Amino acid sequence: MEHYISLFIKSIFIENMALAFFLGMCTFIAISKKVQTAIGLGVAVIVVLGITVPINNLIYTYLLADGALSWAGLPELDLSFLGYISYIGVIAAMVQILEMILDKYFPPLYNALGVFLPLITVNCAIMAGALFMVERDYNFGESVVYGLGAGLGWALAITALAGIREKLKYSDVPHGLRGLGITFITVGLMSLGFMSFSGVQL
Amino acid sequence: MSIRSYLDKLEPHFHKGGKYENWYALYEAVDTIFYTPGQITKTTAHVRDAVDLKRMMILVWMCTFPAMFAGMWNVGFQANTAMEAMGLTEAVGWRGAIIDALAGHNPDSIWDNFIYGAAYFLPIYLVTFIVGGFWEVLFAMKRGHEVNEGFFVTSVLFALILPPTIPLWQVALGISFGVVIGKEVFGGTGKNFLNPALAGRAFLFFAYPAQLSGDAVWTAVDGFSGATILSLAQTGGVEEILANNITWMDAFMGNIQGSVGETSTLALLIGGGLLMFFKIAAWRIVAGVMVGMIGMTLLFNLIGSDTNPLFAVPWHWHLVMGGFAFGMLFMATDPVSASMTNTGKWWFGALIGVMVVLIRVVNPAFPEGMMLAILFANLFAPLIDYFVVQANIKRRKLRNVH
Repeated sequence: MEHYISLFIKSIFIENMALAFFLGMCTFIAISKKVQTAIGLGVAVIVVLGITVPINNLIYTYLLADGALSWAGLPELDLSFLGYISYIGVIAAMVQILEMILDKYFPPLYNALGVFLPLITVNCAIMAGALFMVERDYNFGESVVYGLGAGLGWALAITALAGIREKLKYSDVPHGLRGLGITFITVGLMSLGFMSFSGVQL
Repeated sequence: MSIRSYLDKLEPHFHKGGKYENWYALYEAVDTIFYTPGQITKTTAHVRDAVDLKRMMILVWMCTFPAMFAGMWNVGFQANTAMEAMGLTEAVGWRGAIIDALAGHNPDSIWDNFIYGAAYFLPIYLVTFIVGGFWEVLFAMKRGHEVNEGFFVTSVLFALILPPTIPLWQVALGISFGVVIGKEVFGGTGKNFLNPALAGRAFLFFAYPAQLSGDAVWTAVDGFSGATILSLAQTGGVEEILANNITWMDAFMGNIQGSVGETSTLALLIGGGLLMFFKIAAWRIVAGVMVGMIGMTLLFNLIGSDTNPLFAVPWHWHLVMGGFAFGMLFMATDPVSASMTNTGKWWFGALIGVMVVLIRVVNPAFPEGMMLAILFANLFAPLIDYFVVQANIKRRKLRNVH
């Protein structure tokens, strides 16, 4: 249990997807103008990461890894070169299915997430979640915890950024830096604050 | 000729079309140091208050004096004690020449200690002021805003949180980062979201860890190394501190290793108390930091640990160790980068208190956590405000539903 808790904390704070690895930057910067929408996108990322990482874990362990197909009588087959295309396929499919389920059964949530759900397919943090999971040999339980934690960390970061950007509306930024420029500087300074966790051993 | 008429005579040159129109910001700065500006608000609704930004900043600046003088004395005391122990009688370098010309090296003499400390602190402060002031004026001139007194505060706070032995070019680099990236790119005082002094300090801390941390940087004597009580606590908890002949009272009075201005909790409490009395520093933030710190410390005491002695350090030691008191009273209460709402201030403070103990205790990479804890809380300050405001809106909506 303790192992899972430390993995959870680690994936939220120490290895924060956005501010320690700078992943998912395109949506991170594009959709952080308002706290409300940032929370919506954050929730969507939590849900999608929490689902796709475990599913990709199952696909990797039982189909793609070296010798994974021994249950089908093909012990010497190594399909791990198909990893990237399978993960992204799974992510795209999952997002589509999730969108349809939400539309059918939870219309309020579907409307709240709006355009963000399809957008998440191309969020590199989601892909990175699957790749980190493979690289670090997480088992199924760990990948569930890791997926949720990484999503929560990313959501936390984008909500904080949106809060800061709402405050920065009142700033007087030099012309050349307005828009994306100042946002990049802001994100850089934010990751300076998140450095407080680097070096924590869990 | 009075200064007023002299300034009035100069004024036309600084207006649009005048000879020195680019230098208007500088003229304005000098003018308003001597005289209250004549402009008044012309629109309908406004609040008149005798405490304007200028007076407020000057008050903060003056409130750092107890800590500054206590710090200078302590820098000298630590150095002279070390020199006595090492059998040295002469200080080295150009600073040494100044010290030896003005004072001796007796650790019991207040004058000797004070001169020694001043010879180390004043150059740091001067460099901070000149380099930071250069950026401030440059941006004011080019962007057409006024030179802001906030810089007085930023510069003195920045100088006070540096170790006395820091190379002066690093001081220049740090304050440049703090003023330009931490503040001016957002449009100047009041428009930034991080505390500029802390941003500069954090930049230096990660860029030049050898000069900003470790055991050798806190005492201004070559070849002497003395651990801060935080790193003593890291090796063996409170017992280790006491074993080095440092009592809680020593740490409270500021008779310990550390950055220039952070050592004397007593002097900081005097300055910070005045700030709270003048209602410049928000007491809610200070109280929040204390509550968060005490709560988190009690939690760690309760959990306990066989391998990490910091778990057992009680809260009254955390209070006097490292930069806690300085950060709580002077950095966390920065009105710009803290939360603005009253409820938000409690949460903001508590976040700092929790984070600082967390970093100190469970993060072996950084012995001190106050700087990073405040920077971290700065990131979430606008968000805390957002949720407080939303909660208020929601509550009022409900109240009006009949």
